[in-house]
Amino acid sequence: MLATYLLGKIKMIEALSAPQYNDEIIKKFTIASVFWAIVGFLAGVFIALQMAFPDLNFEPYLTFGRLRPLHTSAVIFAFGGNVLFATSYFVVQRTCRTRLWGGGLANFTFWGYQAFIVMAALGYVFGVTQGKEYAEPEWYADLWLVLVWVSYLLVFLMTLAKRQEPHIYVANWFFLAFIVTVAVLHLVNGLSVPVSLTSLKSYPLWSGVQNAMIQWWYGHNAVGFFLTAGFLGIMYYFVPKRANRPVYSYRLSILHFWSLIFLYIWAGPHHLHYTSLPDWAQTLGMTFSIILWMPSWGGMINGLMTLSGAWHKLREDPVLKFMIVSLAFYGMVTFEGPLMAIKEVNALSHYTEWTIGHVHSGALGWVAFISFGAIYYLVPKLWGKEELYSLKLVNLHLWIATIGIVFYIAAMWVAGIMQGLMWRSYDSLGFLEYSFVETVMAMHPFYIIRALGGVLFLGGALIMVFNIYKTIKTDERIA
Amino acid sequence: MLEKHKKLEKNSILLLIFIIITISIGGLIEIVPLFRLETTIEPVKGIRPYTPLELAGQDVYIREGCYGCHSQQIRALRDEVERYGHYSLAAESMYDHPFQWGSKRTGPDLARVGGKYSDSWHVQHMINPQEYVPESIMPSYSHMATSKASLDDIGSHLEALRVTGVPYTDSMIENAYTDAMAQANEGEANTKDGLLKRYGKNTIVRDFDGKAGFVSELDAIISYLQVLGTMADLKDYNPDVVE
Repeated sequence: MLATYLLGKIKMIEALSAPQYNDEIIKKFTIASVFWAIVGFLAGVFIALQMAFPDLNFEPYLTFGRLRPLHTSAVIFAFGGNVLFATSYFVVQRTCRTRLWGGGLANFTFWGYQAFIVMAALGYVFGVTQGKEYAEPEWYADLWLVLVWVSYLLVFLMTLAKRQEPHIYVANWFFLAFIVTVAVLHLVNGLSVPVSLTSLKSYPLWSGVQNAMIQWWYGHNAVGFFLTAGFLGIMYYFVPKRANRPVYSYRLSILHFWSLIFLYIWAGPHHLHYTSLPDWAQTLGMTFSIILWMPSWGGMINGLMTLSGAWHKLREDPVLKFMIVSLAFYGMVTFEGPLMAIKEVNALSHYTEWTIGHVHSGALGWVAFISFGAIYYLVPKLWGKEELYSLKLVNLHLWIATIGIVFYIAAMWVAGIMQGLMWRSYDSLGFLEYSFVETVMAMHPFYIIRALGGVLFLGGALIMVFNIYKTIKTDERIA
Repeated sequence: MLEKHKKLEKNSILLLIFIIITISIGGLIEIVPLFRLETTIEPVKGIRPYTPLELAGQDVYIREGCYGCHSQQIRALRDEVERYGHYSLAAESMYDHPFQWGSKRTGPDLARVGGKYSDSWHVQHMINPQEYVPESIMPSYSHMATSKASLDDIGSHLEALRVTGVPYTDSMIENAYTDAMAQANEGEANTKDGLLKRYGKNTIVRDFDGKAGFVSELDAIISYLQVLGTMADLKDYNPDVVE
């Protein structure tokens, strides 16, 4: 009821003379996210090929070890981060019916964030890294990011504070939780002691088992808050808008939000099963990971059921299709995650390609697809066009990318499970059956299939770039 | 309930505070006890901070992103213990800033690689991994053979680590450079004794890369690899006996 009311209200507000929104900043973030998407996907395809054909490693700068963080940072923080900036700034203005607070500061978040990305990327290639997965940038880049992120929080919060609407819309709860939790994670995990003020090198404050726990508390909540809560914020605005239907259930939104952010924080130790981390922490991590299945699916249902009564739109609107397929992948991956968090399953899956496949189901299927949906929604709106240059090309993008993902994850499922089984396989005399390098050889065909999946996904994204370019360049404007 | 929630929906600061409380609980409960409970790190003899040369080697290991493909954490599972050796103890990584447990095994685990291969095997394997293991997909790191290990400010590295809690003494910091040279067999004749006195008589002193004249990054990283998993006195270790 209230959701219907709220959405109706949003629409009404937008129809009436809208305030002068700051769309320039959103345009910048949108362009940046498309640019970094291509960079990140290209890097991914390249390192996938390096695993199939090791001759593609060019020391010292272009080896797998240095390019892998470049790939992960480019897709998560550069592509994903810019999408989150663009969408959160778009949504917070529309749902609060007010212009973004702090024009200059908002602009600083754009240039400051791009500077952070470039600083981090250059560091990896030249060997400047803290070596903590998904938190590789060195201390000076980390400090710079604190500055940018606090500005982001301030811009977002101040815009909320000066809203013209009595209620804060649910998408903004998710954006706010994402921004503030990432700040907490980054601050605690990033604590380091620089060798000197002129040295690029630092040593993290934490070590050994505590460092492992803190790192995966950070790492898993980079997934939970950066790649999930933030993108759920996107879902809660863009799916209802594109489907022209209110969010399915307002009560479910509340339950979804609080249970998700409460439970996610606990899940980190499932990255450390059977390691030197104490058992009690492993068990807590596993338990909460399994419980987490519920709010995840609650959120998915809330998104999918928003289409109830409007399912026919799926046939007609490929942009909406992107969003709904992303929710299907989200459902799949949030089932697979709890499964892999069970200790006995994890004993097999950990350290293998299965994990890589799991991550990419989430990153390609959920995060990238909901982002593509949002970008396709945003571009005509921001540049004042009736519709995209070609919806057919959107459809083509969808299918090529989906086939790419299927290649990718199917290859990694087979490879990962095979790898895990080979490592623990015994012969009839009770000796380990395979040497390590035999398991490496067995991966080769799957590495090639995976790379092919990546090429398809990249190809789809290039179609998107073309479509966006043509949309912006066309002369047709909204009458 | 819904009525009460409206309060949060109408007050951004209140919403922010509730979010912070909600996300803090799990982290506090899982992390803080790890610093307080004595059982977190089991007592085992032999663990010492890295020597300056080994530390320079670990710096190279981190710089190249080795942890992306090699774990340093043997899980307490039958096949892993048979393949790699005694399962890893928390104490064995207590001086690793950051920890090097890894998350992926594109290559084998390295937690106990120390002493398994000769120095010259490592030299050739780093320069051209496919020479010994034709099917390997590891990149070549031949540049390490010709790059000088960065040891000039290694003392300040030890100092920074001391701030984080690694028990480096004043004399370790003062003699960091000489100790590094001594361990690679490039120091003055009498510097070896000081190194052994500070880091224990088991410290490996060798010209790791086999090339006299200068200390290369290969010297550093091989000295690091050769000490991995060898410090703990596992013969004396009995998990059932709590000291």
